[in-house]
Parts: sequence; C-alpha cells; structure tokens
Amino acid sequence: MKKKRKQRRVIPGFGLSLGITVTLLSLIVVIPLCSLVVFSSQLSFSEFISTVTSPRVLASYRVSFQTALVAALINAVVGLMIAWVLVRYQFPGKRIMDGLIEVPFALPTAVAGISLTHMTVDSGWVGSIFHKFGIEVAYTRIGITIALVFIGIPFVVRSVQPVLEKLDPQYEEAASMLGAGRTYSFFRIILPEIFPALVAGFTMAFARSLGEYGSVVFIAGNTPFETEITPLLIMSQLQEYDYASATSIALVMLAAAFLILFVNAVLQSRASKIVSGIG
Amino acid sequence: MEKNYYVELKGVNKSFGSFQASKDISFGIEKGKLIGLLGPSGSGKTTILRMLAGLETADSGDIIIDGTVVNDVPASKRGIGFVFQNYALFRYLTVYENIAFGLKVQKWPKEKIRARVEEMLRLVGLEDTAKRYPNQLSGGQRQRIAFARALAPQPQLLLLDEPFAAVDAKVRQELRSWLREMISAVGVTSIFVTHDQDEAIEVADEIIITNEGRIEQIGTPKDIYRQPDTPFVAQFIGQSSIVEDFRRFAGFEHAGSGATRAAVRPEYISVSKQGELLKFPVNTETGVVERTAFRGSEIELTIRVKDTLLTAKRLLDDAPVSVGETVHVFIYRIYAFDNEKAYVIENAALTSPDSIVI
Amino acid sequence: MKQNEQSGAVKWLLIAFSAIFLAVMLILPLIYVLITAFREGVQPYLEAVTDPYALKSIQLTLEATVIAVVVNTIFGLFASWCITKFQFRGKKVISTLIDLPLTVSPIIAGLIYVLTFGRQSFLYPYLKAANISIIYAVPGIVLATIFVTFPFISREIIPVLTAAGKDEEEAAALMGAGGWTIFRRVTFPHIKWALLYGIVLCTARAMGEFGAVSVLSGHLRGKTNTMPLYIELLYQGYDFTGAFAVSSILVVMAIIILVLRSVLEYRGKKNEE
Repeated sequence: MKKKRKQRRVIPGFGLSLGITVTLLSLIVVIPLCSLVVFSSQLSFSEFISTVTSPRVLASYRVSFQTALVAALINAVVGLMIAWVLVRYQFPGKRIMDGLIEVPFALPTAVAGISLTHMTVDSGWVGSIFHKFGIEVAYTRIGITIALVFIGIPFVVRSVQPVLEKLDPQYEEAASMLGAGRTYSFFRIILPEIFPALVAGFTMAFARSLGEYGSVVFIAGNTPFETEITPLLIMSQLQEYDYASATSIALVMLAAAFLILFVNAVLQSRASKIVSGIG
Repeated sequence: MEKNYYVELKGVNKSFGSFQASKDISFGIEKGKLIGLLGPSGSGKTTILRMLAGLETADSGDIIIDGTVVNDVPASKRGIGFVFQNYALFRYLTVYENIAFGLKVQKWPKEKIRARVEEMLRLVGLEDTAKRYPNQLSGGQRQRIAFARALAPQPQLLLLDEPFAAVDAKVRQELRSWLREMISAVGVTSIFVTHDQDEAIEVADEIIITNEGRIEQIGTPKDIYRQPDTPFVAQFIGQSSIVEDFRRFAGFEHAGSGATRAAVRPEYISVSKQGELLKFPVNTETGVVERTAFRGSEIELTIRVKDTLLTAKRLLDDAPVSVGETVHVFIYRIYAFDNEKAYVIENAALTSPDSIVI
Repeated sequence: MKQNEQSGAVKWLLIAFSAIFLAVMLILPLIYVLITAFREGVQPYLEAVTDPYALKSIQLTLEATVIAVVVNTIFGLFASWCITKFQFRGKKVISTLIDLPLTVSPIIAGLIYVLTFGRQSFLYPYLKAANISIIYAVPGIVLATIFVTFPFISREIIPVLTAAGKDEEEAAALMGAGGWTIFRRVTFPHIKWALLYGIVLCTARAMGEFGAVSVLSGHLRGKTNTMPLYIELLYQGYDFTGAFAVSSILVVMAIIILVLRSVLEYRGKKNEE
C-alpha cells in the first residue's frame, strides 16, 4: 500500500496554538518538574529513606493525614447536605448562600488563616467559649482541622451540586410509587447516583488539604510531633537550605497526591461502568 | 465510453486508525445531478462527503472536481457549499450575518453582499428572519438558512450531510420536496448523505449505496429498487423479509441460478382471506397470520408460510384479518441472492403461458 | 406540590443547619477581619494600609496578578483552541500536564522553582553571569503565581468549546475564513463569559497565593513581599491591627470577586441557552 497522505487540517491555527501551548507548558510546568526529577535522582537511596522515615517526618505525615481525612469527611457530610439544600429547596437568601460557598476560593488563605487563628485563641471570640469547656482550638489539631474544613467545603458542594441538579426526579417518584419512604429512597436511590460525585469532591478536598499551607500555618502552632504538618516541614527544611531533605519529603507528598487521584479515577471509572452497564 | 463527469472519485481509500472507512471508492457524477449517498450508519457515506469537501484527506486515490485533481486543494479553495448535519449555523451571528459570512470572507463589496443575502433569503422564503439569531428559528427554518448560507457564495457543488436528520418527521416530509425543487431551480450539482431509503428514493436523481466502506450499487432510484445488484442492496432496500430457501415456495421451485436465499418485499405479496377471489389460483401458498399491526394507512401482517415468516400488507378497507387465521399468500417476485450477486425472480405463474388470469 | 408536612420540618432543619454552618465557618472569618482591622479606630487603620511597605506589597501583588492573568489568558486561549479543535497525538498528555499544577501542593510548587533556578541548579552559573536573580526575587514570585493559577482559564474554556463542537469553525473554514476571523466572529462569542469567569478565578487565586510565593520570596520586606506575605510578617510581629488592616483590602477584593463570579456564572448560563 502507498504511504498514507498527511491529513490536512481544515481549521487553521494548529501549529501556532500547539506551539504556544507546548512552549508555555514546558516553561512553567514541565521543566521545573523535571528539575525535581533530576535533583532527586542525585539523592542517595538510603539517605532518602532515612529522611522520609525519620520520626519527626513520620509524625508530620500522621498529623497531615489525620487532620486532612477528618476535615474531608466532615466536608463530605456537610457539603452533601448543603448541596442538597441548595438544589432541592426554595428559600429566601438561596442565591446568596450559593455564592458564599466560594468564599474559600476567593479569600486568600493567609487571611483566612490569621482570622481563624485570632478568633480561636483562648482569648478570642470563639476560642474563649471553647476554653470554658477546656477545649483548646488554636495551635492544636482541632484548629488545623477547622482550617481544612474551611478550605475544603466548596470542593464537595461544587462537585455534588450539578449531579444532584441533573438527577431525574422520576427516579424518586418511581421509588415513592413503589412505596419507598423518603429516607429509604435517599439511601437506596439518590445516594448511589451521586456517590461518584461525592467521592470526587471528597478526594479533591482531601488532596487539597494534604498540601494546604497558607490557612494552616498560623493556626497549627507548628510544634514538632504534635501539630507540624508535612508542607510546613518542607518549608522549614527549605529555610535551612536543606534541599535534599525538602525534596525527599516533597516526593513522598507528590506520590501520595497522585495515589489519591489515581484511586479516585479508578472509583470514578467503576462507577461510570455501573451507570453505563458495561462490565 | 468515458462519460463527462463533473465530480469523480478514483480508487479512494481512507482509514481512521484501524477502521477502514473507505475501501477503493470510485464513482462519477454528472453536472447538475442531485445524488443521494445512501447507506446504514458507519457505512462510510459521510466520510466520502467530507473527503469531497476537503474536511478529510484521502489516504490514497484521486478526487476530481470539474476536471481538476483537488487532492491538494484546501477545503476553502474548492468552491464547495456544505450543509452540516446540525447546520453549524453561527450561533452568535444573525441570520443575515450567517449568510453574508462567506461573501465577506471573499471580500465582496458591501452592496453586492446585501443584494445577494436578500436574494438568498427570498429564495428560501425567509425574508423576515434576517435580524434573528439561529436559536430563534424553528428546525425547518434553520435548515433553509443553512442551505441559503451554503449557496450564497455561488458554489459549483453543494454537499449536504444528513440534511433532514435534525428536523421532526412532519417538517422533514415538507423539506424534502422543497429541497428538491430548490436544487433544480438553482441547478447546482448536489450530493446529500442519508440513511433513510425513502428519502433517497424520493429526492435523488441517482443513488449511490454504500456498505462497510464500499460502494454497492449506483443507479436511479427505480433501478436500485427494481434491480438490486448485490445481496446487500437486495436486503437493504425495501422492507424485506429474508427467506433462507426460496425454492420451497410455490412458483419458485425450478428457478435457475445457484442462490437459495432471497429477500421478499411486502409489496410483492398478495394476501387473500379464504373465500376471497384469488387473482392467481396457481402457485398460491397458505399461511397462518401470527401478528397484525396497524400502520396508519395499512395493516402490516406477519404470516408464517412453510415455516418462514413473511411480512405483507393489506389495505385498511380490505376485510379484516385476525391472528391465527389461515390465509392465501401469493408471492409475485423475490430477490434471490448468493454471496456475490442478486437476481430478480418472478413467480412462474406470471411467466408460464398456462397461468390463468381472471 | 406534594412536599408533605413531615418533610417541611426536615427541610427547614437542613436549611437552618446549612446556614449556621456557612455563617460560622465562612462568613464569621470575613467579618472578623473587617472588625479587627478597625478595632483601634480609623486612624491606625489608615496608617497601616498607607505604610510604604504595605503599598509596596500591594503593588507587587498587583503586578504578579496582572502578569499571571495575562500569561494564563494567552495560554488558556491557545491551549483550548488546540485541544478542542484538533485531533493529534499527545493530546491526553497535554491535558493532564495542564491540570497538574492543581494537584501539586503550593509548597512543592515553590520548591520546584527553587530547584530549577536556585544555587544547586545547572542554570545557576548562567543566571548569575547574566546577573538575573529569579528566586528570592520578583521573577520567582511571578513564576510561582503563574504556576499555581496555570490551568484556571483553560479549564473554564475547554468544556464550553467541547460542548460547542467544531462544526461552526469547520463551516467558517470551508467558506474560506482565516484563523483570526474564525476566532473573533465565531468562537469568541461562545467563550466570552467562560473566559471572564476564568480571569476572575485566576485573579482571586493569584492575589491570595501564599505557600508557593512564600518559598520563593526570601521575605525581603519591601522588595519581595506580596500582600499575603506582608500580612504574615505583620501578624508574626504581633502587629494585629496592621495584619488585619491589610487583610481587609483582600477581603474587599474577595467580596468583589464573589459578586463578579456569580454575575458571570449567571450570564454564562444564560448565554448558553
């Protein structure tokens, strides 16, 4: 057979747009990431292992993981509820409530951080209330969790909301025609439909929380072994110009983030297979 | 003798990845004809249209328009009008701007553009929609505007991809005859793609039938209907019942050729109730009605004749036939086919001299 | 409607709970910033926000934000054109790479630039010879800001263009229109609102980015401090009034962004109808 003729592109601008895209992508994303790879290839393996498994680092994983997980779970539950309220109910102030969801995206994290911290210290507006009950918020893991709930909430709401909007009310009507109660039809009919979106929102909130710095650094107190999160540890290594340690820990964090996204992708494709009836 | 074709494809191949959409396609079209490219979905008809337009590039072979090989001529320079399946009207431009778009690009003077757009709007009978946006039009109106937009730059060849697919059934019927008249009035050579055989038969001067990337048959609607060349065409055209061994039916026992399978169309079957006068007493089979379905103007019957299901029709005014009833069935004609060719075979009662027609 | 009484109670309970949660978690911190900023009166507030260092940080934040928005807009337009209008090998890779900055912690974003341009980089001798400083200087801050907001605009445009398909562009190209004409007359009206929406989101994030710029700034007061970094500095120096005063500017910006965002979202939806 003769060699295939080259497909001519009808819409103009392919070369130019691809060129600009690849150039900017390389400069901003690819080359810097490559330098991470190049630099980490110079690390010795045993050093890498001892760095990323040193007690202080392990403690920081624990703090980061625990607080991010708890925050993401709270966000999943509350976010689902808020999305439900926003989609299913009519009430005055609904549009304002809908707009407020984005506050954590619009408000710089550092501002949120100092505000939450200043409010929750023992003498602060909120902190003094909790203090009476013997609960410390600022400079504890509770404080970190609160900061992470703050930044994570829009991820869940914005992920669940559109799916809930598109959900055909006929499902529920069919269920109620068949005699299902509201609670039953929520758990058996609606929840499975929105579950993939809920998982996606949860994952995004979780991944973002693991890497969050700005809003947490103020409220965390940053006591090693107690309230020191992993991104902060990287930051302090960098301030001591210990690039090797910083990079090693960063690699672990990156791996964790990709793992989370990968698990999410697997869950999503499985869910879409159930819906489309394949497999 | 080599005909003088206006559009010609010679040995054109095209594949997308491992899928071969066009296999050695060759055909010619005379100037001024209205051609229907007919085939089931995935048969490669749209690919042919898109290659003609220059939206796809053929892997090999030549595409010739008006005596010029256009393989390397970009789409925009081929002088082709193209009506997209979903019309692809520019949603954010008014009807006027849509029709004027091609003229503006070709740098027509302003006055001429105005005159031409108005002429086109008059032609399609939508003068009062000039200031509207496409989504303020009905499906049928959009189709007409898409047609006007494609014709405005005076193309020598008009290509239409499933021109009636996006409008509802009632409008579709109306648009068919409208399009036919319009194209013959303008006199532009046109090719349209469709998967609907009624549409092709009703609208086209000539039909090209595609299947699995190949051309099965080219001919006038009448030829294709009466004289299918290939097994595919025999089965595809008409609402055929497929019979595994047609020689079991009376009147076809001694038919020649090696074929055993055949397509039987409802219009070549006559069904009579017992007691009704038979047109052809010879070679009439009996069958049991298994299903009746109301089809608006007629009743569709599914009849089991010698262990084979046949589809037949009776008029609404005919005496009603019920399920389970035994009826007389006379088959006038079948399209027998083997793996290569199709043959028309008439019932022996119609051809033999001793048949008695009452 | 067949919303029965039993569900009426549930409804208001859920609404009340959501409202309280949002009020405490999201609005209270906003209001708290404004109140604290003015706690010692208007005079200290004005002094804090007109402090030369404060003004300098505002200027740097503005610069970084504008550059990030411009670069990302250019990138977003070309990348979305390239991804939605053409089929080509490696498209998936490009799409994945574009979204990558969203999954990278800001601290790591800062780190990779330190590794690229810092002392241990092979580029460092050349940069030094050319007398260009990137990290612990303004270019580093700008680069980090571009990185963290990199996908913001393309992410808004790509879904709109995917939904619109490429028939209109093909039709226009068939009629002989050039790339610029097609973009201006046919494509741009589709993406107008999505683009503005993306710009708003990009501005919000660029203005507030903290982690990545924190790594790259070196905290040189008056030289490499953006507003969030300057706020940190004030806060850690126990100048709460100053910290909250500068914060209040960002809070006002955030409110403007929220309003713009919902207006644009509404317009965008209407546009697609």
